[in-house]
Amino acid sequence: MSALSLDPLLISVTAPLAVALAIALGLPKRWVVKLAYAGFGVPALMALDLWWQFGAAAKEAHGYAFMTAYSTGLDRLGIGLKFGLNGISLPLFVLAGVVGFAAGLYAIQSKAERMKTYLLLLLVMQAGLMGTFASVNVFYFYFFHELALIPTFIMVGVWGGRDRSYAAMMMTIYLTVGAMLSLVGLVAIYVKSGASSFDITVLRDALASSPLGEFTQTHIFGLLLFGFGILVSLWPFHSWAPLGYGAAPSSAAMLHAGVLKKFGLYGLLQIALPLLPFGASQWSHSLAVMAGVGNVLVIGLVTMAQRDLKQMVGYSSVMHMGYAFLGIAAGSVLGAGGVVMLMVAHGLSVSLLFLLSTSVYHRTHTFDMDRMGGLAQRAPVLAGLFVAATFASIGLPGFANFWGELPIFVALWNFSHWLTVVALTGTVVSAVYGLRAAARVFFGPQSEAFARVTAIDPATDIAWSERLPALVLVAALLFVGIWPKSFSAGIDHALGEAPAAAVAGR
Amino acid sequence: MPMDFTALRGLAAGNPWGAIWPELSLGCLALFLLVLETGLPKSMHGRIPLVSIAGQLGILAALLLNFDTHYRASFNGLLMLSPPGQLMRVFFLISSILVSLLALRSLAWQRVPRVEFHHVVLVVAAAMMLLVESRNFVMLFVALETVTVGLYILVSYYGSNPKTLEAGLKYLVMGALSSALLLFGIVLLYGVAGSPGLAGRTAEAMQYGGLAGFLEANPGNFMASAGIVLVLSGVAFKIGAFPFQIWIPDVYQGAPTPVTAFLAVASKGAGFVVLLVLVTEVFAPYAWLVGPVLSIMAAATILFGNLAALKQNNVKRLIGLSGVSHAGFILLAVVSVASAPVLATGAVYFYLYAYMISSFAVFGVMTILAGPDDTEQELGDYAGLARESPFLAGVLACALGSLAGIPPFAGFMAKLFVFVAVFRAGHYGLLAVAAAGVALSIYYYFGWIRAAYFSDEAAISPKTAERARAGAGLTLGIALVALTLGSIVLGIYQGALGTWMSGH
Repeated sequence: MSALSLDPLLISVTAPLAVALAIALGLPKRWVVKLAYAGFGVPALMALDLWWQFGAAAKEAHGYAFMTAYSTGLDRLGIGLKFGLNGISLPLFVLAGVVGFAAGLYAIQSKAERMKTYLLLLLVMQAGLMGTFASVNVFYFYFFHELALIPTFIMVGVWGGRDRSYAAMMMTIYLTVGAMLSLVGLVAIYVKSGASSFDITVLRDALASSPLGEFTQTHIFGLLLFGFGILVSLWPFHSWAPLGYGAAPSSAAMLHAGVLKKFGLYGLLQIALPLLPFGASQWSHSLAVMAGVGNVLVIGLVTMAQRDLKQMVGYSSVMHMGYAFLGIAAGSVLGAGGVVMLMVAHGLSVSLLFLLSTSVYHRTHTFDMDRMGGLAQRAPVLAGLFVAATFASIGLPGFANFWGELPIFVALWNFSHWLTVVALTGTVVSAVYGLRAAARVFFGPQSEAFARVTAIDPATDIAWSERLPALVLVAALLFVGIWPKSFSAGIDHALGEAPAAAVAGR
Repeated sequence: MPMDFTALRGLAAGNPWGAIWPELSLGCLALFLLVLETGLPKSMHGRIPLVSIAGQLGILAALLLNFDTHYRASFNGLLMLSPPGQLMRVFFLISSILVSLLALRSLAWQRVPRVEFHHVVLVVAAAMMLLVESRNFVMLFVALETVTVGLYILVSYYGSNPKTLEAGLKYLVMGALSSALLLFGIVLLYGVAGSPGLAGRTAEAMQYGGLAGFLEANPGNFMASAGIVLVLSGVAFKIGAFPFQIWIPDVYQGAPTPVTAFLAVASKGAGFVVLLVLVTEVFAPYAWLVGPVLSIMAAATILFGNLAALKQNNVKRLIGLSGVSHAGFILLAVVSVASAPVLATGAVYFYLYAYMISSFAVFGVMTILAGPDDTEQELGDYAGLARESPFLAGVLACALGSLAGIPPFAGFMAKLFVFVAVFRAGHYGLLAVAAAGVALSIYYYFGWIRAAYFSDEAAISPKTAERARAGAGLTLGIALVALTLGSIVLGIYQGALGTWMSGH
């Protein structure tokens, strides 16, 4: 088949790259915006189309559909561009498309200086995101993730807020350390498996017939756990996240916190758990304690203490990653499935919160929540959206997040009772800070500082340029919240094969 | 008395002059430049460097069209023509073309003779080609001295600058010392290989094959070990491996920027290929000695290069010290050759190419931004580059990203190949050092990108702004675009090169 012309996965990666290249080669300004819409729109459309077709599509090995492969000259090393989607990668691929589209819309409409460079970097990042979740070859999975490193650095440093230079450097160093650890882990699997291939399907087959020794598994899983863990802000390696997201421009924060950060969790679920079941069982207790006590409880309390709205959203995202880690530690199909749902839901809700916090900032000219109050009277739609985002983030039924957290709690109960209690305490904490933030920003009397700001620059309600991307995200949150089966059926199918073996092995 | 022509004829038959046509044509081109200088009126002298570049491009095209993939010993075993040798010929030619291009820009600031610079670059390039093809210690030494003497001239070419003179003197003294070490090592090996009391003694000890046979018969001879360590030390000077890297920061800073690029890329590349050939073809029976020596050297080189680069403000010193750490990475691949021969050998060549492409892009931007005082280029001079010239800043960011080993650039693939080779060879400790080195290097590479991108308008230095706005010019601009795209293409699609290196 003439795969090159028909492969939607390849198109969703190359479309943003092609637009970025055109911008780099000096596209005239009036074309930049039009083509940028295409650069963000095409991947989103492709993602939705593939999601629609997935149920009926023919499945190949390990539940992968839409597989296509392209040689880059390193076939003998088992490195080659190979795309495909299974039940775990499909939801994340769709997430990348939707959040990327929302972030792109927002960026195009924003009045950032040096717009061309900004869009160029964002498009490169978008291509990386689509490629990460579409790759069947572990090498390219890593490759596409790292594509975002330089754009993120420059975006935070140039268009960022307070402490941007420091935040950009710290974030980049943390992310590189995490990436290096995981790269060493992946290379270790590649060499030790003897498969001489980075293809995940080949690796799974090879390790299913002859698993690695227990000692090797434990060590490699440790490398991957901490490598991927740093990338997902596992406590105590989380400090880059709130700082970086606090400083990043909103579109970059949306893409990074919403989608890119899921790379590590995805790597643990799709690669580490199925390939190293024994290693996973050895580490699950330490992971659960770090995530439960560290991410959920400690960071939850830290989040409560934040006065800065954007920092608070950043910390809350670190905290919610704790639930995802707990789901992975629980080690059952139910827990892992919950993690995938939570990744999608959190990606949508946290990017919505970042977008809305910036909208709040444009009206209050500060992120300090003590210097706000009563914004709802002036911006009722913004208030409504923010409250909806907060509810979603807390995990109220009706929003997608509920379907992520519920299965994780159930799975966790079978794993450890006391950690379930800790996790449930966490939801109370997150309700406290979420609702209190909504109250401090939008309701109650105006603070004096905010009154002074509105006297000079009267705050108006949310503009269409902000409303449109926000509505895309809210719609997606509600859609998944009301019809979770649209994703969970595929997840179930994909998890039915691999990590179940991990549980049985314990 | 009738002379015995048959013997001479036999020897001459082993001298296929056609086999070294690239070296010969480079030499002829170099002489032709001098002829042009004496023959042409002064007003035409400005064109002579362009003749040099055009001639080199012609040789490059001819080389690529006639890419010879056979192994052939020629000149009675003095030289070995091989696919890796061809790859290196292309490597040195691209380097010398780029050096000539950079020199067009850099020499314009100076009141020095132009044509001789280009002449020496050509001679050095040809000598480097012979150096990596040589399979005989005398040949090796002669080629090496030709390279080094040429570089003595080039390093101190801008003689009016005291820093440059200092660099020239340091390079001279250090170069002489390293040649002496190398020569001493060669003599020890030659002497012990000819001693009558030992098994496998040979009169052909200057020949790699002959010495290898002797070493195989005597694994563990003390004299031979001492000779090997001395030879390795001599080569370590050339590649700037710890503890022989001390000359690098000063010489790199003082030398004219195009020459710094030549030293950093081509001279280092030649050193590595010589090392690789010695380790695989001659010193293999002494792996018990060579392995640990090079392992320790590699680890120390990576750590020293990265740690010392952290606090550098002068970008020429910074790129020099970062180059030291790159030497450490390539050494890792050389160390792994014993256990993972195919991939590790490929990794060395791929790394050299990736390093050449990104280094020259950085040196190109440096040359454009450097003024008459070539030795003082600070990180602060890059402030506001992204505002004044997004093109140069973009080239710089891509090149530094590649040097840092970040996808989609060639530098990442190079590091990955090294990692896989090291892991296959089972050197887990070295792998940990390498990973730490990459993480450390992020600080200074991204610090450089930070200097170019993150600054307010107030911080832009007027001098830099002027030169950045003047831009790269057409030829250098095309070269920079080609280097950047080349780095991306080589990072994504390795094609035939990848197929060759993953299992030739």
